[in-house]
Amino acid sequence: MADNFKFNVDGRELQAKPGTLLIDACRAAGIEVPAFCYYPGLSLQAACRMCLVEIEKTPKLQTACTTPVAEGMIVRTSTPIVVDARRAMLELLLANHPLDCPVCDKGGECELQDMVFRYGAAESRFREEKRHVDEQQWSPVVYYDAPRCILCYRCVRVCGEGMDVWALGVVNRGARSEIAPNHGDHLDCEECGMCIDICPVGALTSGAYRYRARPWEIKYVSTICTHCGDGCKTTLSVRNGKILRGNNRDHSGINGEFLCIKGRYGYDFIENPNRIRTPLIRKDGKLVEASWEQAIQTIAAKWKEILHRRETGTQEAQAFGVIGSNHTTNEENYILQKFARTVLKTNNIDHHRTVDYAALIRAIANAIAKPVGDSAARPASDFLARSKDLSIASAVLVIGGNPTDQHPLLAWNIREGCRLNGTRLYVINSRRIPLARKTFRFLPIAEGGEQNALEFLRGERDAEKRLQGATPGGREVTAEFLNDFRDKLGQEKDLIVLFEAALSGECVAQLVEWGSRLPGRTRFIAQGDYSNSRGAADMGLLPNALPGYASVEDNDARLRFENAWSTTVPAEPGMPLHDMLAAAAQGKLESLYVIGANPLKGWDTAASLGGCFVVVQDLFLTETALVADVVLPAASAYEKSGTVTNTCGELQKLSKGMEVMGTRADLDIFSRLAGALGVTQAPLKSEEVLEEIRKLVSGYGVPLVNIVAGGAELVAPLDGFQPVSATHTANVKSSRDTLFTSGTLGRYSSSLQAVPERTTRTEPDPA
Amino acid sequence: MQFSTQLEEKFHRLAQHYPVKRSALVPMLLFAQDEYGFLSKEIIAEISRRMDLTVLDVEGTISYYSMLRTKPAGRFHLQICTNISCMLRGGDKLFDHAKTKLGIGNGEVTPDGLFSLEEVECIGACAWAPAIQVNYDFHHELTPERLDQLIDEIQRVSRV
Amino acid sequence: MPSQPSEHEVRVLSRRFGLPNSASIDTYLANDGYRALEKALKEMTPDSILEELKVSNLRGRGGAGFPTGMKWSFVPRQSPKPKYIVCNADESEPGTCKDRLLMEYDPHQLIEGILIAGIVVGSHQGYIYVRGEYRYLIDILDRALEEAYARGYLGKNILGSGFDFDLYTHTGAGAYECGEESALLESLEGKRGIPRIRPPFPAVAGLYASPTVLNNVETFSSVPPIIVNGGKWYAELGTPRNGGTRLFVLSGHVKRPGVYELPMGTPLRKLIYDVGGGIIGDKKLKAVIPGGSSTPVLTADAIDTPLDFDSVAKAGSMLGSGAVIVMHEDTCIVRAALRIMQFYAHESCGWCIPCREGTNWLKKTLTRFHSGGGREEDIGLIEDLAKNMLGRTFCPLGDAAAMPTIAFVQKFRNEFEMHLAGQPCPFEKHGQLVGA
Repeated sequence: MADNFKFNVDGRELQAKPGTLLIDACRAAGIEVPAFCYYPGLSLQAACRMCLVEIEKTPKLQTACTTPVAEGMIVRTSTPIVVDARRAMLELLLANHPLDCPVCDKGGECELQDMVFRYGAAESRFREEKRHVDEQQWSPVVYYDAPRCILCYRCVRVCGEGMDVWALGVVNRGARSEIAPNHGDHLDCEECGMCIDICPVGALTSGAYRYRARPWEIKYVSTICTHCGDGCKTTLSVRNGKILRGNNRDHSGINGEFLCIKGRYGYDFIENPNRIRTPLIRKDGKLVEASWEQAIQTIAAKWKEILHRRETGTQEAQAFGVIGSNHTTNEENYILQKFARTVLKTNNIDHHRTVDYAALIRAIANAIAKPVGDSAARPASDFLARSKDLSIASAVLVIGGNPTDQHPLLAWNIREGCRLNGTRLYVINSRRIPLARKTFRFLPIAEGGEQNALEFLRGERDAEKRLQGATPGGREVTAEFLNDFRDKLGQEKDLIVLFEAALSGECVAQLVEWGSRLPGRTRFIAQGDYSNSRGAADMGLLPNALPGYASVEDNDARLRFENAWSTTVPAEPGMPLHDMLAAAAQGKLESLYVIGANPLKGWDTAASLGGCFVVVQDLFLTETALVADVVLPAASAYEKSGTVTNTCGELQKLSKGMEVMGTRADLDIFSRLAGALGVTQAPLKSEEVLEEIRKLVSGYGVPLVNIVAGGAELVAPLDGFQPVSATHTANVKSSRDTLFTSGTLGRYSSSLQAVPERTTRTEPDPA
Repeated sequence: MQFSTQLEEKFHRLAQHYPVKRSALVPMLLFAQDEYGFLSKEIIAEISRRMDLTVLDVEGTISYYSMLRTKPAGRFHLQICTNISCMLRGGDKLFDHAKTKLGIGNGEVTPDGLFSLEEVECIGACAWAPAIQVNYDFHHELTPERLDQLIDEIQRVSRV
Repeated sequence: MPSQPSEHEVRVLSRRFGLPNSASIDTYLANDGYRALEKALKEMTPDSILEELKVSNLRGRGGAGFPTGMKWSFVPRQSPKPKYIVCNADESEPGTCKDRLLMEYDPHQLIEGILIAGIVVGSHQGYIYVRGEYRYLIDILDRALEEAYARGYLGKNILGSGFDFDLYTHTGAGAYECGEESALLESLEGKRGIPRIRPPFPAVAGLYASPTVLNNVETFSSVPPIIVNGGKWYAELGTPRNGGTRLFVLSGHVKRPGVYELPMGTPLRKLIYDVGGGIIGDKKLKAVIPGGSSTPVLTADAIDTPLDFDSVAKAGSMLGSGAVIVMHEDTCIVRAALRIMQFYAHESCGWCIPCREGTNWLKKTLTRFHSGGGREEDIGLIEDLAKNMLGRTFCPLGDAAAMPTIAFVQKFRNEFEMHLAGQPCPFEKHGQLVGA
């Protein structure tokens, strides 16, 4: 690393690494250099000319955004000439810019307004008429008003360079230049809305938010998006108890400025008219509205009866099955499994597993316990990667899946790494997924061939032979190609491997074993589908594992929880999700309690759950809720606080944005149910539950400072880990959501339903 | 879409000239326009496809260059220079005269599709001003009378 | 079309213009053609060629007047990437039509100059970027290239020397901005002609991010005579630091407009009155634009300025492309300023704020001003707007629009004031256009 350059700005001695742009160096030192077109991480434009500064021995003013710092450079950023130049640029910008700020959607949070306020002239010297072009609607969520556009090209770059979608471009020339969408008068894109957020003025506005509020009337609530497993921070704009938009304009959180359509617009399921707002009880075969008291008492009465029969030993069937959620908070999941294990006295608890986290944790624990060769044991952080690590890793391997659609933030970070840090991207896929455009090496495989590819990486000759030959996409895979792929990968010293449901159980163990043989550090990200899939697994919504993947069969582990909970926990592993459903259908389960999950979707509902007493708590009347005996209206993640853990293992905090009348947070419902069953189970508040989790759950004892401040901590449930028995791999299945679907929530989000790409976006071509 | 043999040949030759495919784009567009009169949606789509570019990319390029057009012009496109050297020698007057003579304004096409008119920037004939181009042909040191003769002659010939 | 030759001319580049079939390779070969190439390949080294160029004091004829030898020496000799020679034949500066003649009447001289550049920097491929309006020249150039290939002056193993060179024509499609070197390279790569951020300069990272020599047609065409006759001979044709001759384009209100090859340093008076035959109608000279529309106007009292880069700069303007535009006493300067601004507004690529908005608003303001709607404060506004653009735009087009405007206002303020009466332009009589 070369020495820092020393230079002088406005009389202050500064230092920066060679190659640092002057504008960054100034800003880092708190010296304000205004700019519209300069945007960290995107290509340089030098178009807005706002960052002109004086540099000694250079006759003309120079753009600080394109000038690298130099040793001994003397810079002035606020001389009369510089001030005059800024004023001149703003005067010219305002010349054609409509001055209808009072009715402009951007008023109050407009960079042009702010700049004029600070640097601009107070009056216009122009008399000529401004050029008018009518506003255009490019999609249900994107509007463009050309006269307001200052042509900073941020939108074009974020869409092209950042998203790799290239849906925006510049057309025409001179004063007639404007931004245009990729399909004549409309967009065909990912509808991520990045272009809107990045727009410094009111040129690009959001169909969901425009003209609904002024920024100063808004309360901003930073929380975590409740859709995919990436856990992006989204800042909700709330006014009068209504969420008006989601964005992340302060670039805080693990995702910086990034959000996809779901994080930006997908909150709107909360006000869907189909939302359940009253408890429902089945009467004469029909679900009818009931009070909370009636509903709770109905459940409690039934469950007491079952519990009593079990105690008196008069039942043959399994008493209870519990299916938890991928969306509820860690605190709720923790309390749910505690409720199941200590009150309902069952390990019949599971959730829809979308990737095999348990197998990954187990494999890493084994790798730590038995290091390869004579190498020293490595810390867990050498095996688990945070989402942002993808932007700086020297190499990334993506096996299967389509992160662009299923893990938009991870894909964004991978692209950022490729673009800015020269990350070598290896992709193994049966389809030409969008990330394939960024690859260093792409290995085409047959549909479902991920395991075979892993065997090939591990050096199995037969697997290698199976990969050779012509692919459905018309490419020829040769032995040389395969060897080159494996050799290159085999030399990587800082690799992050992403896998999804296609590799589970023993395969994950093999993958980790292979990874630990690579020369450097190899880290893993298991890609699960939903906002708290990882948290559901970590918190023990598993039939064979207590929180932190502690085996229920391990006496020491169980004892630890039993002591903390002052009660006993069954030692027998419970039934996995599908066994519970099958048992219910066969009349071998007395009651099924389903929380924020829809296990009957895709099932033949005619094969109903027999005489099983079904309790569902959810936001909507899902296929499962429709066959329930009692339905309890639950609150969504935007309506409560707590913590969630993203698919990489980053623990973050939810903040309550609003309330929906009639609903209850799942945690409250658990407490009420426990109370009705005569249990006075503490703790009751989310913060208290988190304290218990931090004490008892392996890996969760992380400091809270960062999390409370809106940041994230990586949790690695590996300390004191006792391997649990292998899970049934058949139980791991991805929902394969796209950018425009999101399980049940997606079905009730009007924005996700409204964008045409929901139907036009096709699966990538075969590789 | 199918292009004519001679255009395909031109495209083929162009493709040999550059190490980077996209370099051929502007000449391809201009040559296609020469043959078809303007760049239709179909032509743009086809060229985009051949060049592995998005239609938006190609449209952005087209709209940058003043000679490329996406609407038909007349069979004879009169481009009258009114820039400084021509202006000093009566280029404006010539342009006004052409408007009257043809009965159309700037950027318009005569109803019979024979002529279109465009006020253009310097065409590089400053020493022989005022000058115009009819399609690619230069006509130098014009007067309104000589312009009339030229227009009449074109009309006469094209009627035959 | 080449104008009637003038007895005052010193015809070096244009000496074959009047010959029958001057564009053919036979005519060229019969008149010293490809002798420079042969000499360069067989008797000289890249360094000795560069030395001759430096001695010749040849300065770029495109407008900026940068010493050619120095420019070529910036190209790294060793490069992992191929190097390119690009000829800027996008002649678009209003007032300029000289390159057109060099290509039409002596295309082989240009080809030979490009080849020598290739030898000097070790390049094996070149392009001649011809503005779209000059379509007929593409045909002429392509024919000449074919001849040169057929006779072994292009292609593999040229003249048995082992030196290979391929040269192609490339057409633009109407954009003044593509005359700016980095915009030209963007255009040659098939994109919108938006200039690039510099550095890096083309000599280091030009076409396809490879080292590139980029010169104007006239510059390349000047090279063969220098190689044949020596740099010293060429330098002595001109004035100190301004070697040789150049093609001056004389247009506007003169009796004999035309393209004339004269030694650098020829006085303006001689060009207008002796070569050009004086002002039409023997009217009084009012103003001269000495180097194309982007150069500041000179008043009649600058008539004795020698036309070389340094002297014209001293007189407060620039020699630019050598396009001398003459305006007599009946010319409305406001109208001239407006027409020029109209051009820059039309040609601004729109990339940066000051040029995109500045040219457009100056055009609007000047239009109103010229038609009688001017306010006193507009004069200051026009000057101020232009000054706000000057030196602050992304590429030189902003300066090209600002410089003449500032000069028009400063040197002819009285004419601007004459437009303040709220009446139509005082120079327009009975709706007639001035000078027609």
